[in-house]
Amino acid sequence: MNNLQPLSSPHGHAGSKTSQVMLQVLLACVPGTAALWFFFGYGVLINLVWLTALAVAVEALVMLLRKRPVLFYLRDYSAVVTAVLLALALPPATPWWLGLTGILFAIVIAKHLYGGLGCNLFNPAMAGYAALLIAYPVPMTRWLLPQAVTHALPDLATAFNFFLDRDVHDNIDAFTGATALDKFRQQHGAQLVSEFWQSTKVMGQWSGAGWEWVNAGFLYGGLYLLYKKIITWHIPVGFLLAIAILAALFYDGGSSQSHGSPLMHLFAGGTMLGAFFIATDPVTAATSSKGRLIYGALTGSIVFVIRAFGTYPDGVAFAILIGNMAVPMIDRFTRPRTFGHNP
Amino acid sequence: MTSATPKLWNCAGGIHPPANKQQSLQGCIRTAVLPPQLIVPVTQPLNNPPQLCVHIGERVHKGQLLVQGSSHPGLAAHAPAAGMVTAITEHQVPGMSGLPELCVVIDTDATDTTWPKLPALDYLHTDSDALIRRVADAGISGLGGAGYPAHSKLQSALHKVDTLVLNATECEPYISADEALLQQHAETVLNGCLILLQITGATRCLIGIEDSKPQAISTLRSHAHDPRLQVMVIPALYPSGAERQLIYTLTGKEIPTGSWPVDCGVLCHNVGTAFAVARAVMHGEVLVSRITTITGAALAQPANYDVLIGTPLTSLLQQSGLDTTKLSRLISGGPLMGIELPHAGLPLTKLTNCIIATTGQELPTPPPAQACIRCGYCAQVCPIHLLPQQLYWFARSHELEQAQAHNLKDCIDCGACAYVCPSHIPLVQYFRAAKAELVQAHDQRLRAAHSKQRFEAHQQRMASELALTEQRRAERTTLAKQQPATTNSSSTAAQDAVAAALARVQARKAALKPAASDNKDPPP
Repeated sequence: MNNLQPLSSPHGHAGSKTSQVMLQVLLACVPGTAALWFFFGYGVLINLVWLTALAVAVEALVMLLRKRPVLFYLRDYSAVVTAVLLALALPPATPWWLGLTGILFAIVIAKHLYGGLGCNLFNPAMAGYAALLIAYPVPMTRWLLPQAVTHALPDLATAFNFFLDRDVHDNIDAFTGATALDKFRQQHGAQLVSEFWQSTKVMGQWSGAGWEWVNAGFLYGGLYLLYKKIITWHIPVGFLLAIAILAALFYDGGSSQSHGSPLMHLFAGGTMLGAFFIATDPVTAATSSKGRLIYGALTGSIVFVIRAFGTYPDGVAFAILIGNMAVPMIDRFTRPRTFGHNP
Repeated sequence: MTSATPKLWNCAGGIHPPANKQQSLQGCIRTAVLPPQLIVPVTQPLNNPPQLCVHIGERVHKGQLLVQGSSHPGLAAHAPAAGMVTAITEHQVPGMSGLPELCVVIDTDATDTTWPKLPALDYLHTDSDALIRRVADAGISGLGGAGYPAHSKLQSALHKVDTLVLNATECEPYISADEALLQQHAETVLNGCLILLQITGATRCLIGIEDSKPQAISTLRSHAHDPRLQVMVIPALYPSGAERQLIYTLTGKEIPTGSWPVDCGVLCHNVGTAFAVARAVMHGEVLVSRITTITGAALAQPANYDVLIGTPLTSLLQQSGLDTTKLSRLISGGPLMGIELPHAGLPLTKLTNCIIATTGQELPTPPPAQACIRCGYCAQVCPIHLLPQQLYWFARSHELEQAQAHNLKDCIDCGACAYVCPSHIPLVQYFRAAKAELVQAHDQRLRAAHSKQRFEAHQQRMASELALTEQRRAERTTLAKQQPATTNSSSTAAQDAVAAALARVQARKAALKPAASDNKDPPP
């Protein structure tokens, strides 16, 4: 044995891998995804498959252009996670070009133009989502009615027709409708919350019909991530607490001026997906424990503000992008005190 | 000894790597075989020139002084065995820099002649200065980590500390030398503690030991009769044995950065050092051997050895049944802070507490680093509350000012961050390089300031010299203007002198003429 270039310590390793972290995140998405599939049909799966394939292809292409080893970088699965998160956020009856545009924006512009994994300022999936929402507001806000409301979900052939952008106008009105958050905004000021709840079928037990179970699924997956120590509790707790507290403040006892109960907000739209899967993206979130609490609370507050007072029905994507912008400052002001230093 | 559980302070961060200590703790401490050649490092702290007491070709006895350690903070070295000094040369030793150090090479023989021992001292009736001198004469360096001469550390702590912390944590995996020592020689170690208490005047000795060492704890407890000795069992967590972390865990004192534990009234010593101190004081034995763990999956019989300083590692590895086909890397120290050695021909030093002969499966070489995803696991385990993920960027982009502002200098190289990094980024390597850059930049600033000072002094000197020349010239001019008459008279005097000289030449020529006629050379 004659070792010419000795390695630096430490010589051992805990054995964790970035790819394992990403795979755990994907695994934790399963319950929420299953709920989405159950309530909104095949469109969810088509989105998942299509976006994942696109993301892998686009990532590989960019790596070729950047003259990096393609397989080595594909194996960190970060592109797949971006694709899955974007796919879960898209409405389940979108044409193919919408996903393509979203993935191109997410992977090429939001990720690699900033320097690739670890260097991006904005969460790629949310940057892609926000770009689509601004560019194509109509297909991006056209949600299918959940299974709990209508018993006529599109079959596989119809879902493919949506995907291929065929016969959309004849078919689409049979399936689509406003989401619970939409309806709630539209009714604003007309009746008491309890009356509204009875007047429409899109409301479920505590929140939007179907949506409450989708959120419960993502909450379950999020708790799994916490249990596996993939994420820490700070961001989800900050995020959910901020939404709950603001919703409680503006609940107004369920009057006609109410902005909805805390429970409704916690289980509506993208709350749980955002709290556990998107806001916790380590690359674009704050890093210290205190910073993560602040970041979570900031994004959660913006979600509620957009839902209650903005023009968009849900605000998770914008809230997280705005939170991302604040991260360098949060990191700067929440640096932990070094051992042996004065505060 | 107190019966109530004493209060402990929780250190931040830390990791729980597999201990892997049982392999080397199977039997008693073995005595290593005397090798045919010993390579004894004699390099002094702070690169002071060593004062050699032997010369090449001299026969030395076991325990004979090779290098004097009288100068502060010198470190004496003694011949570990009898033999012939065949060379005094630079030799590579296990060390962070990888640079060769001056070593005395002794070809051992079997005669085993021994140098007279120092007289045993009754420490209760000996003053501190004499005890410190004994520690210095025995050539004891700290046997735990940094290897600072023990007597210098004691000297600096004299009448300044109230607490002695005995570091028995040995928190790094694989290393079991201290644990083996405590299992077999707890009484001597505790005597060492009492001597250290006597020297420093400290009122209590806190013995910090991890709860993963039940046998050592019970042996310690059964021998710790003196009420000043407090065995404190702390939860196993790496790096709880780092000096400042241990002091915080046991006393709650956070040593401010830039100052030393003795400034806060605490002195920390390792169990191996206490053992060596006890033997030096009570038996007059100098430090020529130490307990070292020889372990790793490439060995048939990992064990703890009592090894002579300067023993080549090849000899030790052979005794432990090294399978060279399995060996992939050789590490001096533990797997988290140890140094990978270039080959097995290096000698054992006073600091070598462990040698790991590892296989490719046991401690595999790391895969290529992936991108940092800022997961922050590194920050969660950092015992100093640093932000390794930020420091990594600063180190990579050579932003030294930012690195300094984020307290890179406080990093203790424990390696917890790199141990948990899912992207396998060699963080410690980046931090070491950046710290070296910081030192270099500091040196450069000092040198630049010095050069500036010298340049300015030079400029000033030149200016004052110029002023002086000008002044003298001015004086001469005024003098010339004032005394034109004297100038004339002096010129006539010069003419007279010339005339006188000519006359002298004529006279000499005239005197030479008859001598020239005596010359036998034919005229031209």
